[in-house]
Amino acid sequence: MSEFLMPSLGADMEAGTLVEWLVKPDEQVNRGDVIAVVETQKGAIEIEIFEDGVLEKYLVDIGKKVPVGTPLAKIKQAREAETLKPRPHIVPIEVTPEIAEIDEFDNVPEFAKPQKGRRFRITPAARQLAETSGLNLASFKKNASGPGGAITLFDVEAMIGRKPDTSIEIASAVGPVKMTGMRGAIAAAMSRSKRDIPHYYLAHTIDLSKAENFVIKSNEVRPPTDRLLLGALYLKAVARAVGKFPEFNGHFIDGLFQQSAAAHIGMAIKIRGGGLVAPAIHDAQSLELDVAMSALRDLASRVRAGRFRSSEISDATITISSLGDRGVESLYGIIYPPQVAIIGFGTPSMRPWVNGETVEARRVATITLAADHRVSDGHRGALFLNAIDIFLQEPETL
Amino acid sequence: MKTSEIENILKEEVYRIAPDIEITIIDRESDLREEFDIDSMDFLNLITALSNRFHIEMPEADYPHMMTYNKMIAYLDEHIA
Repeated sequence: MSEFLMPSLGADMEAGTLVEWLVKPDEQVNRGDVIAVVETQKGAIEIEIFEDGVLEKYLVDIGKKVPVGTPLAKIKQAREAETLKPRPHIVPIEVTPEIAEIDEFDNVPEFAKPQKGRRFRITPAARQLAETSGLNLASFKKNASGPGGAITLFDVEAMIGRKPDTSIEIASAVGPVKMTGMRGAIAAAMSRSKRDIPHYYLAHTIDLSKAENFVIKSNEVRPPTDRLLLGALYLKAVARAVGKFPEFNGHFIDGLFQQSAAAHIGMAIKIRGGGLVAPAIHDAQSLELDVAMSALRDLASRVRAGRFRSSEISDATITISSLGDRGVESLYGIIYPPQVAIIGFGTPSMRPWVNGETVEARRVATITLAADHRVSDGHRGALFLNAIDIFLQEPETL
Repeated sequence: MKTSEIENILKEEVYRIAPDIEITIIDRESDLREEFDIDSMDFLNLITALSNRFHIEMPEADYPHMMTYNKMIAYLDEHIA
C-alpha cells in the first residue's frame, strides 16, 4: 500500500487544488499515467503517478486545496513485495514540514505554539507573497493559521484578498497592482532566484546561417505538419552541449548540486494575455531532431490550451528562453530555481560578418548564459556557450 | 470558392490562435505576426491549419506572399483550385 501525494510543481508551490480525478477507484494505474488534474498558480496541471498498481480510494475531494505532500489517494501496489525502482532522474518532491492540513490546525500541541516575544514563523511562499505584495509581515501575526502559529500562504492570500484561482489578471489599472495568479507565481520564483542565486552572465554572437539554411532546405520538401523551426535546433544544440558541460544541467537544493544525466530542457513559452511557463521536453539529448520538433509543437499547443503535466513542470534541468523572430538582439534570463542555468536566444538578424578577408551579410544571433556561480565559473560557462555555437554550425548532426 | 468564404475560414483559424485580437481593429496591410502578436510557432500552426483546410501546399518559399492579412487572402484565393 502506498499513498499518492500532492506533488511540488516547482520551488514556489505550497499547495494545489484538486480539480479532477481521471481514474476511478479499483481502476488499474501504470507508471507515467496521468491520474488527476491539479490547479496551481501556473494553471491546470496533469499529475502523473510513478508506480504501477490499483487506485484503492480517494483521500481528497474535488475542489479541495491541500498543501504539497498531502496524500491524495491510496494505491494498492501491483506486487506489494516487489521493490519499486526509483525514477532514473531527479524528482524534486519537496514536503514543507511547517505546513499541515487546515483541519489539523486545532490539534497543534501546546508546546509548539509560539511564545510571547518570540520571532514569528512564516512559510517561504507566504513570505515571498507578502514581500511581493508589499505587506508588513508583523500585521499577520494575529491571523496566523499554521501549526505553531506560523503564517501560511493562505493567510497572506486572505489578507490581500487573493482568490485561490489561477485566472490571469492583466495589469491595466492605473496605480498599484497586486501580483496575483500567474504573475504572483513568477514574482515569487524570480524574487527567490535573484535573492538566492549569484548569477553571472555571458554573451556570444553566433553565425546562424548554416542552421537557418538547413531549416530552409529541410522544409522545402516538407508539408507544414513536418516543418522545422530554428527553436528545435536550439533545443538539440543545448541538449548536446550539457552532455559535455554537466555542471549547467541539474538542480541545486539545500546546498547540494544534483547533476542530471538526462537533459530535460525547459522551454519558456509565453501565454497569451500575460505570463509564461517553462515546461520541460524530457530526455532531449536522445530525441531525433524531428521528434524534438514535434515534442516542441505538442508542448506549445498544450501550454496554449493551459494543460501540461506535473513532471514537465518539476523536471526541467536547464531552461531555454528564445525571443523568436520579433524580438531584440539579446535576452539575459533569470534562473528558474532549483535549476542552475538559463540560455537566452536573441532575435536573429542580418549583420555584417567577417569571413577570412571579406565581409559578408550573415544571419547572426546573440546567445547568452545566466548561470549559478555557486556551481560553475565563467571559464566553463564560456566553453559551454561555445559548444552550443559549434553544434549549431553542424545542424545536420543534431 | 468565394473570397468571402476564404476570409471566413482564415478568420476562424486566426481566432483559434489569437482569440484575444479583434479582426476589425487590425491593420490588414501590416505584418500579420505583429497584428495578431503571433510567434513563428503560431504562424506555422496557422499555415498547417490553412494547408489542411484548403488542401494546398503553402511552401515556406511563399511565406513572403502571406505576410499580411490581405496578402494571405489573395494568396489563398489564387492557389485554391
